[in-house]
Amino acid sequence: MYKISFPHMGKYHVPIKRLMETLVGEYGEVFAAPPITKRTIEVGTKHSPEFVCIPFKYNLGNFIESLDLGANVLFHTSGDCRMGFYNEVQEQILRDLGYEFKLCILETNARNRSLRDFHAMFKNLNPRLTYAKTISAILLAMRIIFAMDKIEKYVRENIGFESQAGELEKIENEFLRNVAKVKNFLGVGAVYRKYIKRLRAVKLSKPEKPIKVGVVGELYVLMEPFSNYFIEKELAKYGIQVTRFIDVSYLLFSPKHKIKNLLKESDGYVSYEIGADGTDSVAKCVYFAKNGYDGIIHLKPFGCTPEVNSIPIVQRVSEDYEIPVLYFSFDSQTSETGVKTRLEAFYDMLEMKRGTQ
Amino acid sequence: MGKWRRNTVGGMKIGIPKAFLYYKYQKMWCSFFEELGHEVVVSPNTNKNILDMGINCSIDESCTSAKVYMGHVEWLIGKCDRIFVPRVVTFENGDATCTKFYGIYDIVRATFPSAKLLHYSIDYDEGQTEWKAYKKLGAELGAKAAAVKTAYKNATLALSQFEKDLAEQQENALKADGLKVLIVAHPYNIYDKLMGEPIVRALKELGVGVLYADIPDSMQMCNRSKNLARTMYWQYNKELAGAVDYYQDKVDGIIFMTTFPCGPDSLAIELIVRKVKDMPMLNLIIDSNFGEAGLQTRIESFVDILSAKEKHHV
Repeated sequence: MYKISFPHMGKYHVPIKRLMETLVGEYGEVFAAPPITKRTIEVGTKHSPEFVCIPFKYNLGNFIESLDLGANVLFHTSGDCRMGFYNEVQEQILRDLGYEFKLCILETNARNRSLRDFHAMFKNLNPRLTYAKTISAILLAMRIIFAMDKIEKYVRENIGFESQAGELEKIENEFLRNVAKVKNFLGVGAVYRKYIKRLRAVKLSKPEKPIKVGVVGELYVLMEPFSNYFIEKELAKYGIQVTRFIDVSYLLFSPKHKIKNLLKESDGYVSYEIGADGTDSVAKCVYFAKNGYDGIIHLKPFGCTPEVNSIPIVQRVSEDYEIPVLYFSFDSQTSETGVKTRLEAFYDMLEMKRGTQ
Repeated sequence: MGKWRRNTVGGMKIGIPKAFLYYKYQKMWCSFFEELGHEVVVSPNTNKNILDMGINCSIDESCTSAKVYMGHVEWLIGKCDRIFVPRVVTFENGDATCTKFYGIYDIVRATFPSAKLLHYSIDYDEGQTEWKAYKKLGAELGAKAAAVKTAYKNATLALSQFEKDLAEQQENALKADGLKVLIVAHPYNIYDKLMGEPIVRALKELGVGVLYADIPDSMQMCNRSKNLARTMYWQYNKELAGAVDYYQDKVDGIIFMTTFPCGPDSLAIELIVRKVKDMPMLNLIIDSNFGEAGLQTRIESFVDILSAKEKHHV
């Protein structure tokens, strides 16, 4: 009996768990790694190389906690930066710690992903799996991801303005619980419509021109709130409207994320791809600058090369368009108070800037 | 009109920063530019002043090697007509370089907006082969197609001759008696006068034979690297990993040298250290405020261990 587990990133364990359960059928039990806590990152850091980027440490912590619960098959994804080489090193570290397991890699790079490889990987676990089932499971998972990203986007943009704090999030969580249980493709649409209606019915007290901030940076620290000290929630407390483009549906399926389009959007600030999501960060900064945003927040793990590449270029955009940018670098030593203080100062500055205009 | 253009662009002074890929492709670049009638100005060896310039115009988290590169670029400003900032990102076999090399051209552009740059981009994934990159570069320099072709051919020959000579030297060094240490480091780190040379000097003063992991044939080493790292895709790190596999029973110890916080090395070294058994290894991490004295002590004690081990064996 396979006990299958995978690391966390935001709320995506919902569609991933659903996808795997369908594919593995009665041959295995699927569970997401235990929710990330301080212990997760402590354990992960303890066994990680010294200056590897923080997502590695979270992933490793997730794996160790899953293995301690008896997992014997681990799933991970590939990546375009050094993340693409995480797997082999993590596997070696875990084996040196004495764990026994099988590691499977979900290819995310559009160039390398193939339905055949994907199917073969799960067929290995579930001999009765058919192509039809694989395809329908993928489509269902995609549908769920699209729906949850849309819901999350609505929540993100409005959470700073709810009359009664916590209402939107409560509905979102209920949506996630229900969407996990849908029977088929059509069910997702019905659940989505029901909850987006409920979200839209929540009373908001939004000023006519709220302060708008765009968030850019490395995908993991953007999408895993634990790793960025719940920065978006913190921004909401100040009544800031937050825009972020990066989510799983954007990264995996949006034509806007294609390098050709990003280079065009970046308006000459970059002439080539600068690695992983660095190009995206520059392009989106240009977008925010041109579209009247008050400020930009740039998030990255400490030492993330593609995002470090993007910073000098983002600084240039910031100077040219006179748009303030706040930079955060996260590692296991980051202090939560430090993050909050800097955010507060940034907000005060944005407000003052508004006042003088 | 054509003649006028040739006159203005011909015979330029082209500045090459003595950092990063200079240490791999110097012969090729110099040969190419010189054959097309241009003068090449190479920035001097890295010194404290160049490093400080680099630190001041880079963001903190940039790796030390990139800071050094930026220092060299800044040094060249005003001393030549164009600064050559090449971009090399993917290779024929599908391997890639560190993402630092993806971005360096645009970083230089953003950091020094008024500097006049010259560049090429080698990116096989996007169909930009080495020859196409040189062809475009030659055209930008105003040279005739035929001249570019010959210059490219000769440049390739110059590089392979240079590489062959180094490999031969290394084979001879391997035959010598005494303790031998393999240095696993990117050429732009270990051959740098400020960052790498003190390490080599310390070893040589202790009478230790020094071998470099970047020297043996690239393709062979990339193939061998699979024994240690199955899924690695950074070509330069594959070369190093392959060399570790190749030399591990021929040397007494291995020194890894990396700059803080090098992305590929952070994972590659971890994996190699975990896989290579029964081999004394030393990991030296260089950052922008390193002290040579501390380095010396660590190398001395490492060599002590190696000699003790050798005596024990005999």
